[in-house]
Amino acid sequence: MAENVTPRVRVPSSAAAGEVITIKTLISHIMESGQRKNSDGNLIPRSIINRFTCDFNGQNVIDVTLEPAISTNPYFEFQAQVPEAGTYTFTWYDDDGSVYTDTKDIAIG
Amino acid sequence: MKFTRRDTMLMAGGVAALSALPIRALAAGEEEIAAFTGGAAIAEGGVTLTTPEIAENGNTVPVEVNAPGAVSIMVLALGNPNPGVCTFNFGPLAGAQYGSTRIRLSKTQMVTAIAKMADGSFAQASSEVKVTIGGCGG
Repeated sequence: MAENVTPRVRVPSSAAAGEVITIKTLISHIMESGQRKNSDGNLIPRSIINRFTCDFNGQNVIDVTLEPAISTNPYFEFQAQVPEAGTYTFTWYDDDGSVYTDTKDIAIG
Repeated sequence: MKFTRRDTMLMAGGVAALSALPIRALAAGEEEIAAFTGGAAIAEGGVTLTTPEIAENGNTVPVEVNAPGAVSIMVLALGNPNPGVCTFNFGPLAGAQYGSTRIRLSKTQMVTAIAKMADGSFAQASSEVKVTIGGCGG
């Protein structure tokens, strides 16, 4: 069920060294909880993103474990320190084994 | 309408099954908490959990947690069919022990956040959310 999964991430394009920035991420995903039934009364199998991570130049910023109680199109907002210029890597892990990634560069200045 | 002995027995069985359900859900929540804390005592305070007082739609309830000095924060919705919601694990480059997301709530209930502090202690905060339309497809 990995259709039209598009990650969207908002990171400031530049920051001062050592500054704390706010990062917002959203990924379009159905997040089927495994609790709902279809019109025939059968359970729709669970299909969610179960893990989200954000790394900066190889160092971890945040690692979130997701359960079915996270809403459709999982949204996360968190804060990150910027020690130097570099690249943020965002990774989402799907139940079906798919991995979605997005990267954003940040400059110092 | 007359109740036969068989009807009465069936009804009694149904009531017993229904009343057993919430107890089981609560036990599952305690299991999750024990798995996270390892049975350690949990103090009140030190965690800020921001939720709306009333959520019209249980499908997307914005939730914010903030616990300075925490290494990870677990969010639980004990009234849901599965109590777990999510766990934030903060890495060395986290700017603040803060996370915000949107969750599903099946009914009016308490939302709990438990933070694991860097020194190994635990702290929790709870907040009640009134849900008008449940968000678990039931």
